Amino acid sequence: MNLSDIRIGEKGKIKSIKISGNMRRRLLDIGITDGTEIECVFKSPFGEPTAFLIKGAVIALRNEQCDKITIKLSSERVS
Amino acid sequence: MGLTNNSTGHNLIDSNLKIVKKSENEIIVALAGNPNVGKSTIFNALTGMKQHTGNWPGKTVSNAQGRFYTDKNSYLLVDIPGTYSLMAHSTEEEIARNYICFGEPDVVVVVCDATCLERNLNIVIQTCEITNNVILCINLIDEAKKKHIKIDTKKVEKELGIPVITTAANNKSTIKSLTDILDNFDKLQETKPLIPRYINEIEEAIKIIETELKKHDLKSVNPRWLSLRLLDNDGSLINEIKAHLGDDFFNNKEIIQAIQKAKKYLVECNINSDKLNDLIVDSITKLSQKICENSIEYCDGQYSLRDRKIDKLLTSKVTGYPIMIIMLLFIFWLTIIGANYPSSLLSNGFLYIQNYLSKMLLYINPPIWLHDLLILGVFKTVAWVVSVMLPPMAIFFPLFTLLEDLGVLPRIAFNLDKPFKYCNACGKQALTMCMGFGCNAAGVVGCRIIDSPRERLLAILTNNFVPCNGRFPTIITLISILIIGISSGIYSSIISAVILTLVITLGIGVTFLATKALSITLLKGTPSSYTLELPPYRRPQISKVITRSIFDRALFVLGRAVSVAAPAGLIIWLMANVKIYDISMLNYCSDFLDPFAKLLGLDGVILIAFILGFPANEIVIPIIIMAYLSQGSLTEFSSICELSNLFISNGWSWITVICTIVFSLFHWPCSTTLLTIKKETASLKWTLIAAVLPTIIGMIFCFIINLVANLVI
Repeated sequence: MNLSDIRIGEKGKIKSIKISGNMRRRLLDIGITDGTEIECVFKSPFGEPTAFLIKGAVIALRNEQCDKITIKLSSERVS
Repeated sequence: MGLTNNSTGHNLIDSNLKIVKKSENEIIVALAGNPNVGKSTIFNALTGMKQHTGNWPGKTVSNAQGRFYTDKNSYLLVDIPGTYSLMAHSTEEEIARNYICFGEPDVVVVVCDATCLERNLNIVIQTCEITNNVILCINLIDEAKKKHIKIDTKKVEKELGIPVITTAANNKSTIKSLTDILDNFDKLQETKPLIPRYINEIEEAIKIIETELKKHDLKSVNPRWLSLRLLDNDGSLINEIKAHLGDDFFNNKEIIQAIQKAKKYLVECNINSDKLNDLIVDSITKLSQKICENSIEYCDGQYSLRDRKIDKLLTSKVTGYPIMIIMLLFIFWLTIIGANYPSSLLSNGFLYIQNYLSKMLLYINPPIWLHDLLILGVFKTVAWVVSVMLPPMAIFFPLFTLLEDLGVLPRIAFNLDKPFKYCNACGKQALTMCMGFGCNAAGVVGCRIIDSPRERLLAILTNNFVPCNGRFPTIITLISILIIGISSGIYSSIISAVILTLVITLGIGVTFLATKALSITLLKGTPSSYTLELPPYRRPQISKVITRSIFDRALFVLGRAVSVAAPAGLIIWLMANVKIYDISMLNYCSDFLDPFAKLLGLDGVILIAFILGFPANEIVIPIIIMAYLSQGSLTEFSSICELSNLFISNGWSWITVICTIVFSLFHWPCSTTLLTIKKETASLKWTLIAAVLPTIIGMIFCFIINLVANLVI
């Protein structure tokens, strides 16, 4: 699934980053790499951007980036 | 609002810092690292200087320097902007990289945040590629301990091959470990920093260029690193190399051939420039991942529960915006109510001094015009500026610094990102907007944190729509005149605060509108992607906040205002009193502007005051007062009541007050801000637009308000 589909409180592992160029480097710089654990912690009042906990830091990303990052949820979603 | 002696006023204009050694033996130490890891705090702790610090990423956007001494050596410390990488995506990264590569520092201390070391190591490794003389300083070790993160520094040291120390920047004794290691650094010269290795194809390409480069004098530049960078088409770097190694470097046939050969080889291997950079960053991040796996023990709950609760409250759908507005309202209310008493005290005090001075001056029997010029012109204007500006600044600045240190500003930027995105702009514009509250010139420089040039320009052009501290007191004074008849006591201060909040909200609203308008006309484009780091909440050090914001900011800003107010008082007194055919020069000017000003709900005097207030907005009201006083209806005033009477007797109505408030919110930026915009955009066209845009908006607003109000009445 895409990172943009994650709900608040859910955790996952990054599978792939389908972005290239400057933005990819920026994401790698701040610690968004394959296999990194990521947790969705909160969203802004408008539902975007979303704040993620990545390697001890809280990073906000817009939906455009989240759409291009795929993850694997750490635990099954209870619907 | 990074507002210090170094970051405001004319010092901004010359931010190309020149590093000059005092003596041959002086050791130049550069402080590098990610944003918001406490570099400026370490800088201040070592040098005893007051470089602005704050809990948000990106507040240092240009180099700063200071000196410190140990028993053994003297050091020149250079604080460079915090960056995530040295691959130069943005202006401040370019500044950082250029300094580390070409500034020839003797030692580079890379400061890292202990709570997210892995991510921070990227820049350490990149620095090791450039120079051998690197020290890793793991800062905020106290915070890491609180979060139960265990770092095996010995292992990190072994892996990286450079000296590693830990500090807690707010704890001075830990800083000593840094000075100790600097003192002994020459003994550690033999250290061999870890150099990242890339995939074979890249290594092969590096070798092609490196072999050639080694035949030439590169001064201090590392040949391997330079080869790697030359593989990439980085225009800004090529200019730097030319500046450093001379134009001849790129005229050398062998070098050019080697570069072309290496590039061709990469293309044959199917690696284009983008892919090359991706691969480089991939290797570096993998390397830091590996180092950290072996040396750091994380425990659960790194992001503390307390932070989570505050974040929920500040960013949720229901409470996010109301809390932001209530915070703004509360700060304004405290500022207004707190400033009332000291303001009148100061004003009475100055009146007393004025009488005394006047008597002393009359004693030496000067011509009466000289007495009036000095006392009623210069002294009175200065007194007004001090008594009206100092108290609100002394309250507003510490409160705002408190928010900044706590880490609230990035949350505001987070909440406002979606609206900015709707305007095709960057959410970080909210941060530069907040800086504008302190000083628009500082806000304009702060726009360097925005990567995309288009979005940065949007932020620069619209920064003036939030009132800086020069305009705050003017607006507060006008609001108190507006509500003078309505209420008194505590209610009046609450009403003032509400009106002020509305005025600010109008400014913010127009920021959005203007940004949107620009982004669909002159600066077309889609919003670029962005990342924003939300730092942990940190407990501010109250005593530091107070000393820093009062002594470093308030008094400095006041000094600037007074230095403008004194000559302005002189000029305006002359204009009001030198008469040609019995009509003063000021009258000529104001009569000339009057018909136009009347259309905007103002009058000629007010418009003149704004024009003469171009060097500093603080002096707008004193000019108005003096102009009216010279026309002779009143001779003395000290309270808001008397001020109000003075204005009413000169034909003001509530419409005039409202139009003046709106016009002071939206008109041309002050001279310092415009000069800064000129420098930051390097374009006369954009500077002109930055001046014309708010002026036109202000005129339209005033015209409509005046028209509607007159129709309704």
